[in-house]
Amino acid sequence: MKKIYSVLVENRSGVLCKVAGLFSRRCFNIDSLAVGETDDAATSCMTIVSSGDQRTIEQIEKQLNKKLDVIKVKTFDESASVSRELMLIKVKYNKNNRRDIMETCEIMKADIVDMSKNMMIIQICDVPEKIKLFISMMQTISIVEVARTGTLALQKCMETDN
Amino acid sequence: MLGADAMVKCLEEEGVEYVFGYPGVAICPFYNSILESDIQTILIRTEQNAAHAASGLARVSGKVGVCAVTSGPGATNLITGIATAFADSIPLVCITGQVNSELIGSDVFQEADITGAVESFVKYSYLIKDVNDIPRVFKEAFHIASTGRKGPVLIDVPIDIQNAVLTKFKYPEEVSMRTYKPTVKGNAAQIKKVVKEIVKSKRPLICAGGGVLLSEAEGELRAFAEKYSIPVVSTMMGIGVMPTKHPMYYGMVGNNGKPYANRAMNESDLLIMVGARVADRAVNQPDLITENKVLVHIDVDPAEIGKNVGPAIPLVGDAKHIFEDIEKEEISCQHEEWIETLNGYRDTMERIRKPNPDYVDPAEFIRLLSEAMEEDAVYVADVGQNQIWSCGYHIVKKGRFLTTGGMGTMGYSIPAAMGAKLADRKKQVIAVCGDGSFQMSMMELATMRQFHVPVKIIVLKNNYLGMVREYQHYTYKDHYSVVDLSGSPDLEKLSAAYDMRFMRQTDMQGVEDTIREFLEKDESILLECLIDPMDLVK
Repeated sequence: MKKIYSVLVENRSGVLCKVAGLFSRRCFNIDSLAVGETDDAATSCMTIVSSGDQRTIEQIEKQLNKKLDVIKVKTFDESASVSRELMLIKVKYNKNNRRDIMETCEIMKADIVDMSKNMMIIQICDVPEKIKLFISMMQTISIVEVARTGTLALQKCMETDN
Repeated sequence: MLGADAMVKCLEEEGVEYVFGYPGVAICPFYNSILESDIQTILIRTEQNAAHAASGLARVSGKVGVCAVTSGPGATNLITGIATAFADSIPLVCITGQVNSELIGSDVFQEADITGAVESFVKYSYLIKDVNDIPRVFKEAFHIASTGRKGPVLIDVPIDIQNAVLTKFKYPEEVSMRTYKPTVKGNAAQIKKVVKEIVKSKRPLICAGGGVLLSEAEGELRAFAEKYSIPVVSTMMGIGVMPTKHPMYYGMVGNNGKPYANRAMNESDLLIMVGARVADRAVNQPDLITENKVLVHIDVDPAEIGKNVGPAIPLVGDAKHIFEDIEKEEISCQHEEWIETLNGYRDTMERIRKPNPDYVDPAEFIRLLSEAMEEDAVYVADVGQNQIWSCGYHIVKKGRFLTTGGMGTMGYSIPAAMGAKLADRKKQVIAVCGDGSFQMSMMELATMRQFHVPVKIIVLKNNYLGMVREYQHYTYKDHYSVVDLSGSPDLEKLSAAYDMRFMRQTDMQGVEDTIREFLEKDESILLECLIDPMDLVK
């Protein structure tokens, strides 16, 4: 079962290490992890995608809550979230496949953000499945490097939100 | 005022009486300032034992135990002690010196990343980077260690911070941490649910763990058990929640527990686990304890509920508060038939031992010893066969039974007994260990002598690492590997070297006289009991 944990933490040195350490110490999976400051410089938000059985998923939330640097943990399903991932991908091209690449980018709503004689960097921001799809499309060409942010997610807006 | 003075002042504010530790350059400013204070320092002989001694003190006094060691190897040596306290949820504040803050990360002499190293064994840790943070950090550390699920907190203080000038010292009266608010009071709706189950139940049983002792809820538990006539069993860490001979108490559960206690667990229709982790040695097959029964799990740490066993009716909160709240409910219930059944089991299912008459029988010896001990004595069991015999045959009256059930750290008993004795010098304190565990902390005989801590020590000597030998006996068909302890010192000569009285008991003849003499005076004394090397706990 896949779950997204949106973890609000104190923005202090060592906190990322403590949270990541908790996952490895208890053999919990991390599918992806993204961290960044929130609107308040004193707090950071970690978006962790993890998977496991029901007991594991519950334990992850409880163990996160036990950490004294953790302010709040929200756990939700992918379907209950708005998720995005940003990827930069560097590919090698030639004059035969350049058009194809540009077309693919257009279809997939990706942008070419840098270019040289035989390489380009493409930027795409989309849901994680689309990112995966885009990678598989580019695999038919020639991928040089890939950098991804990991999933960022927020729980969908609900009436109960305050 | 210097940072080091502030550290000492914080300890004074917290009412600390003893600091166990070992100095080195990086903690010298602190040890220099403490000379101006009434706080007594105990120079332990190896850092691990500083944490064990602080643990013994904490468990008997109910206060936070404090130790202070130097950076690098001093700090890393402390880790096993910290991990032991963590596994048993014992409140400690561990202070470590650190190299100059500007040098952190450059691998200089005696530098170790101690906050990183202990991350999974502490409730929280601090690395102080600003001298003005000292009062707040100490206040928080003592608060965190002693509330909610208790545990060790580490404070790492670089030497330049200890030497820096503090502009103003003000010890905070309160702690304000937005991320730390442990739930103490049980949820009213959940309590109602539990009460309903108690009313319905025909065969209820309470399984009490160390959490009951940590929340000092023994009285409440007893009152609850008696009022609703609910029988009680305990885990190893829970021994002492009830006097051993209390009619409603049915012994320790688990692999090494009483057969009738385990049978009571299996046959109950309502099991109330309180302050227990449901770890493998207590509950071998966690799935079984939810079969055909309702499980109520009470713990101050929500993460314990459902970790090893489930599903359950969760009840998060401090045992003392919860028992008080449940007791307010009017429930009428009688479980005479169930209690009669359990009494029958208790009378007939005791394991029958066939002791070798050529040696001291550890089971009978421990029984006789505990009968002869003072009512409120503290008995500290080490780890190994001695621990299992202690759990099985020690009779708790009004005293305490201390051991490390979680980590199972050999060598715990002697330093922990020292801490216990310092916590209350009026109490009789006895450490019981094997010849393996004794040698893991025998250097502390010097500490006992130097600081006049009259702990009584019993060494059950069989020239083997008995518990491992027993395991190899069953699992590897007597194919013994690395368990032979020959080469051990002559304990009579060793005692003499430390000016300690020595006694030896070779078989059961005159054992009662020996015990009487051993207990008679408030003095350090070592009693060696020769036990059958081939004896088994099972």
